[in-house]
Amino acid sequence: MKTKNLIYYALISSIFLFSLVSIWKILVTLQGVELKNFNFAIIISLGITISLLNLIIGEKLYYLIKSTFFALIFTFVDGYIVQVMPFWYNIGIFAILIFFSLKINKYNQKYLASEHSSQIVVFDFLTLFGIVLFSFVILFPFYMMLITSFKTQAALLINPLDFSINFNQDFKELFKSYFVIFDTYKFGRYILISTFVSVGTVIVTLLFAIPAAYAVARLNFFGKNFLSTSILIIYMFPAIVLVIPLYTVFSQLGLRNSVGGLLIVYTATTLPVAIYMLQGYFRSIPKELEEAAIMDKLNWFGIIIKIILPLSIPAISSVALYVFMIAWNEFLFSLMFLDNPNSFTLSRAIQYLSGDAETPRQYLMAGSVVVTIPVLLIFVYFEKYLVSGLTAGSVKG
Amino acid sequence: MSDTLSKIEKRTAYILILPAVFLVFSIILFPIFANVWISFKEVGLKDIRIPEPRAKKIVKSIKDNPDQLKLIYKLRNSSLILEIREVKFQDKLPKNIKPVNLDERCKVKSNKIYCEFGNWKAKYRENFQILIKSSDGKPINKKDLKTIKPKLTGKSDNILLNTNFTLKNFKKVFFQNEFFDLLSTTFYYTFFGTIGSIVFGILTAQLVNQKFFGRTFMRSVLLFPYVGPVVALAYTWELLLDPYSGTLNNLLINFQVIQEPLNLLGQKYLTINFFGFDLKLRLALTTVIIFEIWRYFPLAFLFILARLQAVPKELYEAAEVDGAGPLQKFINITLPQITAVISILFMIRFIWNFNKFEDIFLLTGGASGTRTLPINVYEQGFTISDIGMGSAVSIVIVALLLIFMFVYFKLIGKRADEN
Repeated sequence: MKTKNLIYYALISSIFLFSLVSIWKILVTLQGVELKNFNFAIIISLGITISLLNLIIGEKLYYLIKSTFFALIFTFVDGYIVQVMPFWYNIGIFAILIFFSLKINKYNQKYLASEHSSQIVVFDFLTLFGIVLFSFVILFPFYMMLITSFKTQAALLINPLDFSINFNQDFKELFKSYFVIFDTYKFGRYILISTFVSVGTVIVTLLFAIPAAYAVARLNFFGKNFLSTSILIIYMFPAIVLVIPLYTVFSQLGLRNSVGGLLIVYTATTLPVAIYMLQGYFRSIPKELEEAAIMDKLNWFGIIIKIILPLSIPAISSVALYVFMIAWNEFLFSLMFLDNPNSFTLSRAIQYLSGDAETPRQYLMAGSVVVTIPVLLIFVYFEKYLVSGLTAGSVKG
Repeated sequence: MSDTLSKIEKRTAYILILPAVFLVFSIILFPIFANVWISFKEVGLKDIRIPEPRAKKIVKSIKDNPDQLKLIYKLRNSSLILEIREVKFQDKLPKNIKPVNLDERCKVKSNKIYCEFGNWKAKYRENFQILIKSSDGKPINKKDLKTIKPKLTGKSDNILLNTNFTLKNFKKVFFQNEFFDLLSTTFYYTFFGTIGSIVFGILTAQLVNQKFFGRTFMRSVLLFPYVGPVVALAYTWELLLDPYSGTLNNLLINFQVIQEPLNLLGQKYLTINFFGFDLKLRLALTTVIIFEIWRYFPLAFLFILARLQAVPKELYEAAEVDGAGPLQKFINITLPQITAVISILFMIRFIWNFNKFEDIFLLTGGASGTRTLPINVYEQGFTISDIGMGSAVSIVIVALLLIFMFVYFKLIGKRADEN
């Protein structure tokens, strides 16, 4: 066993343990339990002790017994001697310690004697640490959004750290923010408008993109290469430079404040990527099928409807989902084009709501939950189809 | 024979692509050129409304004379600045009704009244009257009269279409707009945002490329910030970072990391004492960059993960046989495999971050040192209401973008030649 490896092992494992315990402590604090200290020194020294004990005991004890033993020691010291904590807090600590002990169980004296073991230990723990930390950092705002929407203004002001929800209260009280945004702020209407715009964009985009993508994928014509490269370059151009001319022209044509105007702009901005993704897929369809169809005297319309479409249902649905998500999430154009509350989309409505400084924050968060949930549901449910498209760069942002 | 076939093919292709090309041209390419035009003009937000002649029709009975009715048209020029020329008026009367003592500017032709009002100055107003009576003695239905709306037409100058050009906007952009401050903020934001998202992308891709319990779940979760609606996420962060009722500040104070709450989105500079040196950190800008990294590293993550999964396992196995540790494996095998992806990512993210508007707009509105070029486009155009200036800033953005693309394709081309 090398001393260097030993030090690395003891330090990194106890730091990892500390971060796990700290995250648990943060979550506990948010349930209204008063905790003022991470107790860095105590936790680290406990961690070092446990990891060293793990080496000394080795395989003399059955690993489950060993883990339970470590967990009990730690829980006792942290939850009763250092500070007296509620029972459920200790259960969490106990579970964390079991997890931790099982992780360090594989390291023994022989293992630490090998050349690269310190690096491996560091990498192992960094991986674990990364998983825990990233999940926490990413999920926390979503968690906060959801919880805040169930709180009241008074509760938020009294103790911003209290994330606990009182489930004993009336159903109507609990979902009060949601009732308010639907009753007072007409969110039902905005959901309809957003859905209409998004679904409309999907349909129009596909109607335009499928023929164009077929032409780019299959037919020979002058300017084809130019077209396919310019699709990508156009896609790189930002919405912000289009805003002023579109605003002026749409104002003069009376298209501002109309859902139709928004639909046109959304379609145009999603077309390049839709064409790009679809033509890639169309190319992968065997040509022989179409040649047979030409023998049967089908025209291009027949070919697209009877051969291409049925074969590319997966690609078309993934493009459709993307276009839907882009249109649903879009904010800039809806900010520019809509200033009549009767034609707001969800995103614009939430921004409008926040413009009034007196709007209680829980209403804002309830609105945010309403606009976020459909997208996340679609994403999680269809994730398999969507991930490949994301790598093709389909969502700009 | 084959000649006609290829002709048919060509024609079909053009028919198929035409709708899409037309739409993209009119909504994306045309505005980019229109920007150039507008940027050389002095146009305010209020100038872009086209002046319209308007008329409000009122039907009134006359006290002493029950056979006659009075039609009052409240005429006006909708514009406060522009003149309307050759205003023409047209209104229809029901069949049995005839006008009495018609104004000399007007004529009647088969139940229609045509008037020529000449030129209306800006803010022009007039109450125009027509007396009418029934020709067959039947009573006049007021409702019928009201439902018929008069039509007015007129010619006016469209400020966007005349040929008065000026260089004023560009002078203002470069000399009166704190241009270099804007530019440096934009670059700072873009560069660190890009680097940060790529670094976190590499880290997370490396994580998810290993086998562990809940790996697919982890992959979905990592993409949440990227697919969520920006409005919802920005407001959640705003609430999270709020100096008084925000969770983050309260947590930090609770665990005694800081003594005073930090106004993370509202404070321009934070002075940090670092070994006796006072370092000035652009606090709000840094926060905005962190939000940007949080939101956009998933794209880098996905690209890099896809590449990592394509690296042959044999490479790692061979390295292991040679006694390489994880760090050496990462530096000598993984990094060279992903450099190509990283350079593409760098360009994509750089360009998109350079143009990012929504995130900063929603978080800080461009205040406390977070004003970037895209934010400036909005401010000039819609807060200060100077459309011409907004366009000029847009032109600067487009020019810079073209330069980036040019440099990038040059570099990529060079590398492709070398290989």
